[in-house]
Amino acid sequence: MSEPLVVGFETSCDETGVGVVRGRTLLADALATSVAEHERFGGVVPEIASRAHLEAMVPTVHRALAEAGVAASDVDAVAVTAGPGLTGALLVGLAAAKAYALALDVPLYGVNHLAAHVAVDELQHGRLAEPSLALLVSGGHSSLLLVPDLSREVTSLGRTVDDAAGEAFDKVARVLGLPFPGGPPIDRAAREGDPSAIAFPRGLTGPRDAPYDFSFSGLKTAVARWVEARQRAGEPVPVADVAASFQEAVADVLTAKAVRACRDHGVDHLVLGGGVAANSRLRALAEERCAAAGIVLRVPRPGLCTDNGAMVAALGSRLAEAGVEPSAPDLGADSSLPIDVVTP
Amino acid sequence: MLVLALDTATPTLVAGVARRSADGDVEVLAERAVPSGNRHAELLVPAVREALAAAGVALADVGAVVAGLGPGPFTGLRVGVVTAAALADARGVPAVGVCSLDAVGTGERTVVTDARRKEVYWAAYDAAGARTGGPGVVRPEELAAAGPLVGDPRFADRLGAPVAPAEVTTAGLLRAAGPQLDDPSSAGPLVPLYLRRPDAVPPTSFKPVTTS
Ligand SMILES: [Zn+2]
Repeated sequence: MSEPLVVGFETSCDETGVGVVRGRTLLADALATSVAEHERFGGVVPEIASRAHLEAMVPTVHRALAEAGVAASDVDAVAVTAGPGLTGALLVGLAAAKAYALALDVPLYGVNHLAAHVAVDELQHGRLAEPSLALLVSGGHSSLLLVPDLSREVTSLGRTVDDAAGEAFDKVARVLGLPFPGGPPIDRAAREGDPSAIAFPRGLTGPRDAPYDFSFSGLKTAVARWVEARQRAGEPVPVADVAASFQEAVADVLTAKAVRACRDHGVDHLVLGGGVAANSRLRALAEERCAAAGIVLRVPRPGLCTDNGAMVAALGSRLAEAGVEPSAPDLGADSSLPIDVVTP
Repeated sequence: MLVLALDTATPTLVAGVARRSADGDVEVLAERAVPSGNRHAELLVPAVREALAAAGVALADVGAVVAGLGPGPFTGLRVGVVTAAALADARGVPAVGVCSLDAVGTGERTVVTDARRKEVYWAAYDAAGARTGGPGVVRPEELAAAGPLVGDPRFADRLGAPVAPAEVTTAGLLRAAGPQLDDPSSAGPLVPLYLRRPDAVPPTSFKPVTTS
């Protein structure tokens, strides 16, 4: 019997994603985004994102099926992000996925968005080693996860206590007059800068701090104060140096804590995920520190790190393969779905 | 032709199955009206299953899907609209959208439903049932109603007149969809009647969504 064909729906934030996988083979990853509509607000506006999801939903399904070269009637299972995320946005994907599952008479798997960020790496690098550690960093999350069994057991070791890492990138970009979202422009600007030019603070790295939690609010404020002091003094702001030094502080804390968590838990595989995992300095520093610590690092290509439908299909495929019970017909969305619920 | 009708514009979701003859006669075979609060996404698919089962038909037998496009609270409204769009797409049948207020009551009337924020959604109809005003959103005190008021009776005091209770029905949705069902090529895209611009106030901080 051939492996199951799974379609995944992702609408937890501002990306409308529909992915198609067969087993662990990626067949299509169609994406529509409302990011440009949020730009002038400096953050994702939930109602604008929800309206855009509804408009994009059916066309994105069509693109995904066409790209995969399959018909709707070939689909064996449907998976959808049930949380965490923006409620109104989640509900558009959830309702669509439930309707396709009903109309195609196939099982439906509601999945945890964070676990899906881990699962997507299986499409590129094959079966995940278990246990693995996962570091997920984006505009919406900053989490360190222990993954003994991706289809049934994922636990949280630590998370941000204030801003998400990606959020800090957005705010620092704004301070530096760079566009939204802030990740890519800061990465570009930092290439010309000196990462040791300014010693920005590393949050929650004291001996008595929670070893796996993150804090980026103090860093963000420190960058803003530093830039404002320069501006008040009438001096030019060295954008490249600020970007490089800020990015270095983020990458340093994230990788140090991830490597420490691996060591403390005796885990020798680390997976990166989330939009910030596309950051070149984070990838390079993780590479360097994992190599030194004897940890195998797995980083999906940037297009798979950001939110997409393929990650949801990947986890759905994993759940189907493991014989996990599909979700009930009254499945709902949960904006704060706990990470230990892989499939609600 | 068998038609599946869905509406989530009000707190009571409606899922109905009707048989529509070539000359436009409608026989409602089954209807589920489920008080849903803000749980439309959880309860709609089960209600559709129940309505199909009660009508003794399969989804594969359905030849068109009718969706109420609101106006209504946005989040719940989108659940019904995207469900209708996806069901129709997956089955390869037309999806037809109608103003949900058209499906409340009959004849000359002004329909009012809860728009939250102390306002009502409204539309007015003449004796032949044709819409003559609205759909709009207004403070009840400022609504110049024509004909008897029907819809959400909780607004009677602020409207200064009695409101005959009435809700969206399958028969009403089919009636409103008649012209489009006769000529599906005339059906427009399924775009909700939002009537309000999005509250484009960004979250002061896009907080991490994880809690554990
Ligand atoms: Zn994400």
